[in-house]
Amino acid sequence: MPPRNINPNDKKLTKIEKKQVFSRLMRYLWQYKFLLLLALVMTLAANLLSLAGPFLSGKAISAIENGFGNVDFDTVFQYAGLMIGFFAVSAILSYLLTIVMVNISRNITYKMRKDVFDKITKLPVGFFDTNQTGDILSRISYDIDVINTSLSNDVVHILAGITTVVGSLIMMLVISPVMSLVFAVTVPLSIVVTRKMTKKTRPLFRKRSAKIGELNGFTEEMISGQKTLKAYLREHYTIQKYDDNNNETVEATYNAEYHGSIIGPTVNFINNLSLSLISVFGALMYLTGGITIANISSFVLYSRKFAGPINETANIIAELQSALSAAERVFRLLDEDEEVADNENAIELKQPLGDVEIKDVSFSYVKDIPVIQNLSLTAPKGSLVAIVGPTGAGKTTLINLLMRFYDADSGSITLDGFRVDNITRKDLRLAYSMVLQDTWLFHGTVYENVTYGRQNATMDEVISACKAANIHNYIENLPDGYETMINDDGTNISKGQKQLLTIARAMLMNTSLLILDEATSNVDTRTELNIQQAMRTLMSDKTCFIIAHRLSTIQNADHILVVNNGRIIEQGNHKELLKLKGFYSEMFYSQFS
Amino acid sequence: MNTVLQYVKPYTKRIALGLSIKTIGTLMDLFIPWILSHIIDNVIPTGNIPMVIIWGGGMIICSILAIVGNISANRMAASVARDTTKRLRHDLFVKISFLSNTEVDKFTIPTLISRMTTDSYAIHHLVGMLQRIGVRAPILLLGGIGITLFLDATLTLAMIAILPLAALLIILISRIGVKLYRKIQIAVDDMVRVVRENATGIRVIKALSKSEHERGRFQSVNEDLTKKEKNAALIMSTINPAMSFLMNAGFVVVIVLGAYRVNEGTSEIGKIIAFMTYFTIILNALMSITRIFTMTSKATASADRIKEVLDAQNERDITVAEEDASNIEEDTSMNIPHIEFRNVSFRYDNSKFLINNVSFSLPHKATLGIIGATGSGKTTLAQLLMRFYDIKSGEILINGKDIRYMTLYDLRSKFGVVFQNDTLFKSTVEENLSLGRDIDLIQIKEAAQHAQAAGFIEEAGGFDAEVAIKGMNFSGGQKQRMLLSRALAGKPEIIILDDASSALDYKTDAKLRAALNTNYKDSTKMIITQRISSVMHADQIMVIDEGKIIGLGKHEDLIKDCQLYQEISASQLGGGEDASS
Repeated sequence: MPPRNINPNDKKLTKIEKKQVFSRLMRYLWQYKFLLLLALVMTLAANLLSLAGPFLSGKAISAIENGFGNVDFDTVFQYAGLMIGFFAVSAILSYLLTIVMVNISRNITYKMRKDVFDKITKLPVGFFDTNQTGDILSRISYDIDVINTSLSNDVVHILAGITTVVGSLIMMLVISPVMSLVFAVTVPLSIVVTRKMTKKTRPLFRKRSAKIGELNGFTEEMISGQKTLKAYLREHYTIQKYDDNNNETVEATYNAEYHGSIIGPTVNFINNLSLSLISVFGALMYLTGGITIANISSFVLYSRKFAGPINETANIIAELQSALSAAERVFRLLDEDEEVADNENAIELKQPLGDVEIKDVSFSYVKDIPVIQNLSLTAPKGSLVAIVGPTGAGKTTLINLLMRFYDADSGSITLDGFRVDNITRKDLRLAYSMVLQDTWLFHGTVYENVTYGRQNATMDEVISACKAANIHNYIENLPDGYETMINDDGTNISKGQKQLLTIARAMLMNTSLLILDEATSNVDTRTELNIQQAMRTLMSDKTCFIIAHRLSTIQNADHILVVNNGRIIEQGNHKELLKLKGFYSEMFYSQFS
Repeated sequence: MNTVLQYVKPYTKRIALGLSIKTIGTLMDLFIPWILSHIIDNVIPTGNIPMVIIWGGGMIICSILAIVGNISANRMAASVARDTTKRLRHDLFVKISFLSNTEVDKFTIPTLISRMTTDSYAIHHLVGMLQRIGVRAPILLLGGIGITLFLDATLTLAMIAILPLAALLIILISRIGVKLYRKIQIAVDDMVRVVRENATGIRVIKALSKSEHERGRFQSVNEDLTKKEKNAALIMSTINPAMSFLMNAGFVVVIVLGAYRVNEGTSEIGKIIAFMTYFTIILNALMSITRIFTMTSKATASADRIKEVLDAQNERDITVAEEDASNIEEDTSMNIPHIEFRNVSFRYDNSKFLINNVSFSLPHKATLGIIGATGSGKTTLAQLLMRFYDIKSGEILINGKDIRYMTLYDLRSKFGVVFQNDTLFKSTVEENLSLGRDIDLIQIKEAAQHAQAAGFIEEAGGFDAEVAIKGMNFSGGQKQRMLLSRALAGKPEIIILDDASSALDYKTDAKLRAALNTNYKDSTKMIITQRISSVMHADQIMVIDEGKIIGLGKHEDLIKDCQLYQEISASQLGGGEDASS
């Protein structure tokens, strides 16, 4: 298999890539620029309203100011009423702001999950052979969640923060440009320190996300293989391995969180330092007559306002960084090579006849380890080609090539005279129905599973397919018949029954080509015999490729290919091959010895 | 939530210390503005430069204390979160490892995965955040109330009167929140399921060109999840504006009340102005506390889900009541059957009987072949013998001892087994074969030789060669031979092979059988298969149909007496006789 793993921890991101992560994240936000603008306006309005509160209460208080016995109750009540009104408006406004932000962040999350899933459906089969399911799950659930948390909380913070910072800076410059000089030192200092620290913590956060992905991969694999682990009493051993993984993960998390949480207090420290400087500085200026007490007082007020959002931002930097690392993992998945797009001039083959020709095809999963070499064969419409040979001889690989799960390294495969890479993948694959050794059923009803290949099938058709596949009686005996839910991984039915269901699924599809890869390996031979008639009907008029070990099932094939080490070593029909007294006849007789 | 508390408990001291340090840090943060206003109001007007510098120095000391305090407190918080999560996940994994199969079937795999992952993060997040933001808010709240009480008790009480209402609101909404977040987690399970199915079924999906359909399926789970998330977010975020409105309304009451009191001369205007400042602090503190509650309700939903798993039934080991019986020694003498089933019946809860009154006995070193139609109960028999499920009636004995009175360890260490849907793990060949058992490489190599796997393992790069996820870099037959090597390694007392050679060609299968007979003749073997040729030389062959034994004997007997066996035999060997004639 091609070593294509999306999870290299050591892969350092270049600066450009780092910026890309951020700008790609922004692109998701940008789709909601109008809503964001609205949010910004609302934030400003809310800020202004928050100023109205003290203003109104000030008015009310000045009506009280006259003191004992002279309070102007009319005015007090008037302003009290106004205040209630303003507070109500402000509450409503802030709720509206939440609605806007929830919508933005949730829609982005939705879009990201959709993008990731769409990507998953477009990735080549090989991807899933090399990447752990749990790690993929981790990206679509955990990583996207982290991004969302950051988007929904931090964006508002930062938006509000920017307005406050800019406003206070202007005010401070107006009051005392000289005293503002303090900030000319401390602000750049904060920025430099923050940048330095984030640079240091960035890899820590990246490692954390990667470790979590690994842990999830491990967890998924172990929970899925639990029965085996129990049978071999490997619980403690697995727990040990899990613990190692888990320890590394929590340690990585701790490192990231701890180092990330240094930034906040540090920036806060710098700000406190600047306050101290301002007070000393202000005192000196006052003494030299450069400033009034009132102005020092308001300057200090503004400088605290100024420092607030900076502190807050520093405090959420850890969150931002986790979001970026998470985004990086999501984007890396989105950047995986897809199945090569259909050829531009790819034709749509709606009614394939089923003439297949393979010419000089060679293929290897890993470079220099050939699996198939110079294979040629012709399968005219309606013929039955059987492929036999020892395990690991490349039989299943041939199927991978016919259906273009992988592309051949050299040589050509044609269907109805068209090169398969000149046919749209969709039409090529729909030309075949397929029953594989590894059956696959999904969480859904029996009916849904059987009609998976042809959703518009009528109930009668489904029943007759299931009868033909000898599984109808079994289904009828299930608690809810055709509406019975199949468990995750189909654990509630046996492997043989699963195969019969997938055969019924194939029977429902009326294609001109058929692939049976060890389709009945787990079905008992008597049942197999019972369904043989139906299988014959299924195979009639179709070009069939059958991989089987039970040589009894393929004796009537038009053409038998004996494959060994990726080469066809013998071919012909059953009788011819027996006469050869070669590999095939040896295999054939060995089943009776 | 109690579950989480239980896990946090061992770190009470560290938390207390961390919180104390954090308190000092926070107090320092609060001191600084106070010193500042002191300098401005009292020191600067005197023109006393040394005093200004002393107070300024005081501020710097406070700042240093604040940074040191906050950083070390954060560090402790992170370490508590780390250790809590570590133990919680460990226990959860241990629990899942020992969970009975009935429970696993009930929970389903996707939800177990998401409980181990997303739910455990939710708790990690809460434990960390609570310690970081959970100090400042209460200090400010209590401090603020304290000072206002000092200023004017009556006005403060008027303001505090709002608090019960606020508390009610918080409790109400967090209750709803737990339910909403629970719904979200269920929707996450659904999403996990669809993604997982797509990862495992990618070949079929692509072959049937169902990508579009799958995208539709994902869209509906994604929409459902998003809808629930939005719903929760919108409901949970009503609390913030509602709280701030409530408190502000309280503030208005204070002003009006204050007006009366000033009018009566029982209060002063200065106090009311001071009240305003502290009021803002109290309000902000209350908002932080609200946020903590929101987070808590999210984590509570996750904690409940984790608790469900932790409380689930373990695989049944020996119970106390059975201890007497468990003292019975196994009798390994040859005159006691090695394996015996006595009137065994079994069914899953609310299903029909899958095994019906099955009895047989198998002597030491014998081979039992089990053959029967798809779904006849062959696999179930093996699973009952290994006690993956407990039988409903009857007895299963090994060496004369009921397996229910054996420890699972004693029981399962007797077996080497290949299941129908057995798995290889992402690791090396050696690791997959040994599974970390105490078996040395020589024995493993030997087993691989017997399982006809040595050749291709050599070609793949030896025992250190990588095995991809689910063994995808090996063919079906190669995978089976690795699984066989795993089962044979260590020469187990009992070997169970459940359709373990279905992907092997007959020639390899024949070699395997020969190797089994010569090298594992001391092991008792149960071979479940579809192939007559795999079992026709067995000491006993069991023909099973719909959970009942309908034939038991040697090939020669069954071919005469058992109709089903004859049919199976004819379907497989019939062709051979033609060809050989």
